[in-house]
Formats: sequence, structure tokens, C-alpha cells
Amino acid sequence: MTEIDVLIIGGGPAGLAAAIAVHEAGCRKVLLLEREPALGGILRQCIHAGFGMHVFKEDLTGPEYAHRFVQQFHALGLSAQCNTMVLSVTPDREVTAVSPTFGLQRFRAKAVVLAMGCRERTRGALRVPGWRPAGIYPAGLAQRFMNLDGWMPGRRVVILGSGDIGLIMARRMTLEGAQVLACVELMPFSSGLTRNVVQCLDDYDIPLLLSHTVIDIHGRERLEAVTIAQVDDQRRPLPGTEQRLACDTLLLSVGLIPENELSRAAGVGISAITCGPLVDESLQTSVPGIFACGNVLHVHDLVDHVTVESEEAGRQAARYAQEGQQARGSDIRVRDGAGVRGLVPQTVCAARVTDGVPLMFRPSAVFKDAAAVVRIDGEEVLRKRSRIMTPGEMVRLVVPKDTLERYVGAAELTVEVES
Amino acid sequence: MSEQTLTCIGCPMGCRLRVTLEDGQVTAVDGAACGRGAVYARQECVCPTRHISTLARVRGRREPLSVKTAQPIPKAMIFACVEEIHRTCVTPPVKIGDVIVENVCGTGVDVVATMEIEAAE
Repeated sequence: MTEIDVLIIGGGPAGLAAAIAVHEAGCRKVLLLEREPALGGILRQCIHAGFGMHVFKEDLTGPEYAHRFVQQFHALGLSAQCNTMVLSVTPDREVTAVSPTFGLQRFRAKAVVLAMGCRERTRGALRVPGWRPAGIYPAGLAQRFMNLDGWMPGRRVVILGSGDIGLIMARRMTLEGAQVLACVELMPFSSGLTRNVVQCLDDYDIPLLLSHTVIDIHGRERLEAVTIAQVDDQRRPLPGTEQRLACDTLLLSVGLIPENELSRAAGVGISAITCGPLVDESLQTSVPGIFACGNVLHVHDLVDHVTVESEEAGRQAARYAQEGQQARGSDIRVRDGAGVRGLVPQTVCAARVTDGVPLMFRPSAVFKDAAAVVRIDGEEVLRKRSRIMTPGEMVRLVVPKDTLERYVGAAELTVEVES
Repeated sequence: MSEQTLTCIGCPMGCRLRVTLEDGQVTAVDGAACGRGAVYARQECVCPTRHISTLARVRGRREPLSVKTAQPIPKAMIFACVEEIHRTCVTPPVKIGDVIVENVCGTGVDVVATMEIEAAE
């Protein structure tokens, strides 16, 4: 059993930022465990630009953004163990891991930071009927094959779902020589950024078929075609609108799910809405000493936000390792109001805050000329107007410390979208 | 006089912009909810440019090298530039920012590495 101050699970942008913050807070026995052979996480395969506009005020590619943190990590003398799979975390923070180099290892940590990221929703979750041939990939998996491993997934491509990964892959596959026939979206709006719709689809004349879906898959060994159809406002396929598209590849960009098998087994309470751990304002989960940040906590659209959130988780984990559990006053419960989904954190202890508390959520629909309104026990404490809010872009509101201090002992905080 | 329609990328509003051009110059932009629309339309209609990311081959291994254009290139040159990059074969070691293709397709823009590869053993 090796004793560690703070153990971080996952070496993507969340884990790296957390580790650096832990070190900067003065903890010296810090260890990061990573399943892949290299640090950087999903950024390594995101070779397009668009990262770092907030944190660095520069437009970087994924590998460049990751590299800056990897360099800083090593420069501080922090240690990471790659090729290492964490098998279990217990509620008293005993961590079991396995790797080809070190075999089975056991660690006891004063604090643990969960930074395992998320996974893609797969075909099984969609229940698309038809055969199960080769050639159907989650978009991010195809991105990995192409950008990291050097394999081309196919030549004639249909993309189901218009999330950002699907849009980015439409352009990537086109530039590498494939023909992308269409991007098919069930909803009447794209869940991706406007910039991506314009620069990944419009630039290459790839049609975005809104209110359409894939209703059948053809081909026994290899995908041969898909049937698509328009859907009504109940998302039911409309008879007579079917079209058969001959293709060898279907990419799915239909959502991401935080990867919380380890958290669940550790007894960490999980939100049914975010699918991530329930956390307080210090990003501590329901298990004392276990913290969570990045896409394992809730799926972000900007890595810059992951970095900022994870630095806070790192600072809080370091503080826990140094001082133990802080005395708590009563918690304010955080509740989604109308038009709001997936608020993080789920509780705030007003008596304990050391700084403003960021509240993050997704609007449940597209709202124009709307305001996000924060109320504590019915009293309005913050209002932020916005020309547009969409489910594709997370909203972040910071409630100032002095505001929260006026509500020590309050019961409930709500956020609502008023339009 | 000609007209062009495009979608503003300034924010998630995605305003549909109707742009009027005379002798290749933008004379009017309609449909923008804010000032960013006109700025975007002027750039996009007169000289649209894009940053491009793609892959270059690496001598001695299948895994490719990720690269990008150091500055935006004219939109019309995208495929020509990508073809020239694909013809390149890089010898490790490679550092971030190393120039992989100089002055790609005569655009005056260099293509640079966005990842590092250590020297082959």
C-alpha cells in the first residue's frame, strides 16, 4: 500500500489541470493515473482548432492545448503513471490499479479527484433497427482511428446527429478524401455550434437534414446503405419520406455520457440528469474526500471551462488532504427551474464559501431574448440577459461570495430561464 | 450588383445575412442582429479564409502527424493545400511549431506540426 496525498484518476485536460492546482496548493505526494499510453486525453485526437480562446486567448488545436499542460505538469516534477487502469476506489479512498509495468498496485489517498471524462452514446442506446454490419462507429471513435492511428474508416459516409464531434468529423473525413452524403439530425435544430455548422457542413456543401433520422440499416458484413426519413414533431418517422442512401460508413454523434462506473462503485451519489456525481460548491462528491471535475462531472462544450473547473477541484482536494473535512453549516439545495437542466453544483454551503460559486447548466430548449434568473428562497439575487440560449452551449453564472453570505441558512436556490 | 446569403458565425443566433455586393465590394448587410454580422459578412464575401488542420505521413510509422496552417488560407485553396500536405512525408523527431510545408501552394502560409514525435529508436 502506497500512501498518497492526492490521487487523480484520468490524465486528460481535467486531470492535468487538477494535478497542477494540487501541486500549486502545496501538496507534494501527488499521483496521476492514466489508462492510455500518453497524457492529454481526448484532446490528442481533436486536431482541429478552437481550443484555448478563454484560457490562453489563442486559438489552439487539441494536441497543442494538451501539450501546454503536459509540459507544465512535467516542469513541476509531477508524476503520472500511464497504461494504468484503475479497477476500484473505496469510500475510504483505497485505490486499486493494474498496469503491465507494475502489475497490481494499491494506494491509499487522503483525497481523490475523479477526472475520467465521458464516453460516446452508441448504436445500442438508440435502438436503430436493421442489421449489425461493420462500418457503424461513434464519431469520436472514427476520429481516433483517423487522427491517432492512421486508419481511414470509410469512403461514403452518413452522419447521424449534429453534435460538434459529428460536424467536425464531416469536415475531417471530407478533407481526407471521403464523401459525406448528409448529416441527419432528429431535432429541428443542430446541437452543435453555429460556427461548426457553417465551417464543417456549409463550406463543403454537406446537407444538414433537420427533423430527420436513420430508420433502417442495410448490409450483412459491411454497411451498404441506410434508410433515412423525416420525423414529425413527436419525432415519429413520416411515412412516404423514406430515402435510401448507399454508404459504407455511418457515424453516430448522438451524445456523451460521463463515465462513472468507478464513482458508483465507490458509493458516490450520481445525478439522474447530468449522469455525473452530485457535488457541493467545492466539487466534493457525496463521499468525503472524493472530488470530481471535467466531463466525468457533466459534459462540457469548451475545454477552457473544464480547465477552470478542474483547477478548483484540485485546490479543494489539496485543502482536504491538508486539513481534512471542513466544518459545514447547512446546505442550500440547488434546483433546476423552468427552462434549466442539469445544474452543477447540486448543493451550496453558504457559510463555507471562500469565493464566488459558479453555477453551470444547459437551457432545456432554444430561448431568444431570455434571462437566466437565480433566486434564493424566492428572492432574486442575480439576473443575466442573453440574446440567445441554446442546449448546445452551457451557461455559467457566478454567484458572488457576499451574496451567498447573506443567505446562510437558506433552504433552496433555483435558476430559471425567463423569456 | 449581386446578392449573397450567409449565416453569421459570431454567436449561436446564426443570423441569416443578406449581403449586397457591387464590383466585389460589400455595399449593404441586412439581417444582422448586431454589429458583428456586418464585420463577418465583409470578410466572408470579399476574401473568405480558413484555418485548416489535417494529417501528414511520418517515415517509419503508420500513425500520422497532425498539422495546421499557421495562418488562414483562402477558402478556395483548401483542397489544393490538403493535397500538397498529404504528399509530404516527415522524418522524426518533430516539435510543435516545426514547419512541415513551407509556403503551401504559394499562399505564403506555412504548415506547422501541432504534436511532437520523438526520434525513431
